[in-house]
Amino acid sequence: MLVGLLLLTAAGLGILYSAGDGSLPLLEKQAIRLLLAFLVMLLLAQIPPHQLYLWTPWVFAVGLVLLLLVLLAGEIGKGAQRWLDLYVVKFQPSEMMKLATPMMLAWYLSERPLPPGFKSLVVSSVLVLLPTLLIARQPDLGTALLVAAAGFFVVFLAGIRWTVLIGTTLAALGFVPLLWKFFMHDYQRQRVLTMLNPESDPLGAGYHIIQSKIAIGSGGIYGKGWLNGTQSQLDFLPERSTDFIFAVFGEEFGMMGAIVLLSLYAFIILRGLYIATHAQDNFSRLLAGSLSLTFFVYLFVNVGMVSGILPVVGVPLPLVSYGGTSMVTLMASFGMLMSINSHRRLLSR
Amino acid sequence: MSYRTLVTDHSYHARQFRSRAVFAGFLCLLLLIALLVRLGYLQIIENTHFSDLSENNRIRLMALPPNRGLIYDRNGVVLAENQPTFHLELIPEQVPDMDTTLAALGKIVRLSEEDLKRFRLALRNRRPFDSVSLRSRLDDEEVARLAANRHRFPGMDIAARLSRNYPHGKDVVHAVGYVGRINEKELETIDVGNYRGTNYIGKTGLEKYYEDDLHGIVGQQNVEVNAEGRVLRAIDTVPPVPGNDLVLSLDLELQQIADAALGDLAGAVVAMVPQTGEVLVFVSKPTYDPNLFVDGISHTDYDALSHGDYKPLFNRALYGQYPPGSTLKPFIGLGALDDRVIGAHEDIYCNGYYLLPGDDTERKYRDWKKEGHRHTDMNKAIEESCDVYFYEVSRRMGIDRIHDFLNKFGFGRRTGIDLLGERSGLLPSSEWKKRVHRKVWYPGETLISGIGQGYMLTTPLQLVNAVSVLASRGVVHQPHLVREIRNNQGEYSEIIKPEQTTFKLNNENNWNLVQQAMRDVLHGTWGTARLTGYGLKYKMAGKTGTAQVFGIAQDEEYDQETVAKKLRDHGLFIAFAPYDNPQIAVAVVAENGEHGSAVAPIARKIIDHYLKVDGPASKATSVRRKRTSN
Repeated sequence: MLVGLLLLTAAGLGILYSAGDGSLPLLEKQAIRLLLAFLVMLLLAQIPPHQLYLWTPWVFAVGLVLLLLVLLAGEIGKGAQRWLDLYVVKFQPSEMMKLATPMMLAWYLSERPLPPGFKSLVVSSVLVLLPTLLIARQPDLGTALLVAAAGFFVVFLAGIRWTVLIGTTLAALGFVPLLWKFFMHDYQRQRVLTMLNPESDPLGAGYHIIQSKIAIGSGGIYGKGWLNGTQSQLDFLPERSTDFIFAVFGEEFGMMGAIVLLSLYAFIILRGLYIATHAQDNFSRLLAGSLSLTFFVYLFVNVGMVSGILPVVGVPLPLVSYGGTSMVTLMASFGMLMSINSHRRLLSR
Repeated sequence: MSYRTLVTDHSYHARQFRSRAVFAGFLCLLLLIALLVRLGYLQIIENTHFSDLSENNRIRLMALPPNRGLIYDRNGVVLAENQPTFHLELIPEQVPDMDTTLAALGKIVRLSEEDLKRFRLALRNRRPFDSVSLRSRLDDEEVARLAANRHRFPGMDIAARLSRNYPHGKDVVHAVGYVGRINEKELETIDVGNYRGTNYIGKTGLEKYYEDDLHGIVGQQNVEVNAEGRVLRAIDTVPPVPGNDLVLSLDLELQQIADAALGDLAGAVVAMVPQTGEVLVFVSKPTYDPNLFVDGISHTDYDALSHGDYKPLFNRALYGQYPPGSTLKPFIGLGALDDRVIGAHEDIYCNGYYLLPGDDTERKYRDWKKEGHRHTDMNKAIEESCDVYFYEVSRRMGIDRIHDFLNKFGFGRRTGIDLLGERSGLLPSSEWKKRVHRKVWYPGETLISGIGQGYMLTTPLQLVNAVSVLASRGVVHQPHLVREIRNNQGEYSEIIKPEQTTFKLNNENNWNLVQQAMRDVLHGTWGTARLTGYGLKYKMAGKTGTAQVFGIAQDEEYDQETVAKKLRDHGLFIAFAPYDNPQIAVAVVAENGEHGSAVAPIARKIIDHYLKVDGPASKATSVRRKRTSN
């Protein structure tokens, strides 16, 4: 797993170099973050799962409080309240909830008889919806989605009955128009509409998607070569070092590069699921499985958005996109996975 | 329940979990494959489409406008050049907020109401992503300020352009003309492709007449641009072909001398070389600065020029139609001699007026000299400008023979000079009167036509052209301002040699008789311009003339204060020199200049300079008023 992560982050730095117009300070910052993130990962890998288990309710509670604080006194960045200024670092509590929510659900469900009964499901739903809605209020649709997904995966892996699952899914689908009407911001609605027909507004909202598709499409099978992507090197592609970095990759390395990169991701995800199935207790299992699947959601949403099959939501390409907090969060989750992996034999005695 | 009991428990749960995990894993793989299929669709199937789009994004075809040809005088002095100037342009698509941008730019450079008005108008008529000019001719300081603030204004560009500049604008504008911004009417007539990137087009004068030569051929360049439209590098280039240079026959120095000699008088001076038809001087006064027109003239400036006294924009040399007055007499005299209606030394007695034979009204056709010239032959009639003599010979010739003879000298038709809009003047005939006025020609009208009044109208250009024919004994040229069209490598590509035709008189000696009489105008004892001829180191031949102020094409409401001056007669003078070997022919028309003898010194100054003779100043000056003649 470590090998896979190292390969991925190395590839990420390479693409970032190209996307950032060869800016070394940018690269340096990212490298420092990576280093930090790896340290966090190794640190967490040392903490045994039962320790995590004990901390879980507290972490979740603190996270919720912080989310509330953000809503009340948060910094506004890019039109949304996401940041909490801790004087030393700016910190996004919502990032923390990406880990805390699945932990909390795993903690809760591991104590109940599985598959979960009706009461457990209600409690679980509350535990998931509380942070999700708080984050969606910020508003940060991408993170809210990821938090909700992480929570959902725990419930799914805990063995929720198919009938219940399909029933709630249908109910949720019925909820979508309401969501559309009352809970989404104009810009979020616009994003969805734009995704459905980007050409309707080629210079406005559709610009990102059109340019991104052009970048990927013009890459062809073998790509234009590292540092040779015209779309990305000539500034046509917006946000190319952050959310749209996959378009740079697609343009410069083409279909072949994409296959290799996605395989690498697939390896990490499957490895995570493998660790989950071989974990020794419910908490570890549920947590590991959820974290792995959340990682997949990151990937799928980002690549789907960049290639124009999903709306533009602010989800970075995990471990590759430029940016600090999500990197640390992701690495922390891998740290937990490693811890679960290394502690299973210990516990099986 | 402790943690330990939970973990050791429930193999059922482990199995349940495994099946879910495997299911999830498969789903993940499936979705990943879906992503790959999507990517494959974009990158393989739609690859050509997106590659094209990417190229279109990246490559922009830019027009490389050719440099306009320069215009030189006959001695190589530049009359029209291209000066690098800086212009402020905006690409509206890249400007986030036009109003605030304009307001902010207005604090950095001077933006007039008219600039803004023109800009907003141009905004509406343009192609997407074309840049629109906001201010032209920025000064150095403005360029520096804009460059320093460039980052604040996305979509702003400081474009370096070549602008037309006329270093001697005022002196030559009526010949050279000027360029201006292409207007919509012109867009319909030009090859728009060849004018991509070009802002200017010849509006008047040679700039217009030789537009095709001066403009050149547009070049093209494929350039790589970034998302902001900034050009990063050129990919391939088809260089433009610069326009050809014009070398004029005009002599700037002579032009300036003529201009100065006319002083404050409105009028025209044209001089040409009789042997070649080359125009040496082409002055119309008052004049104006063509540089005002290049980037669009302001309304105030334009009003001043178009409604001001004497209308500076009016090209008198080309459009001004004046009665030739007595300057017509040598031509009438020559016609009479050649038609043998009168002998060279035949006397006509002038007692101050003329009675038309057979006219019962006893109307007196007066001579300008009340007491009459007494015995008058051809030489004396021209030298002293006797009207009665010419009444008689005109009567003998009749209007139609006068018409036919004068026609040979180019009266009544366009000379064909290389300028547009030339007027043809008017050379009447009985047929013409019947056609236009539906009336018969009266014999009395023949008399006044014989002294260059009545219907007769000529332009200054026609006059000099006729003098030139007289000086060269029947050689007719198309007068022309451009001597050479040179291509940009400096190879001579074309030397203009206009057609030349020659006509012969029945008796070639008649040329001598008339030329001698014209010599005596300056050098004879009683010559009307003898004061100008005084002290000349060469022999000049000429003829004075006076035109009454009426029938001028451009007269209109007069300013009260200028009425008196404006009602004065126009003074005319035609000349060629040296008398025995003519090298230059000149025609001067000075509006309200009173009499030809008063404007003769103007011609002398030009000829003195052209023949490189600096004689003592003649006794007459244009300021001194002489008695008027008819």
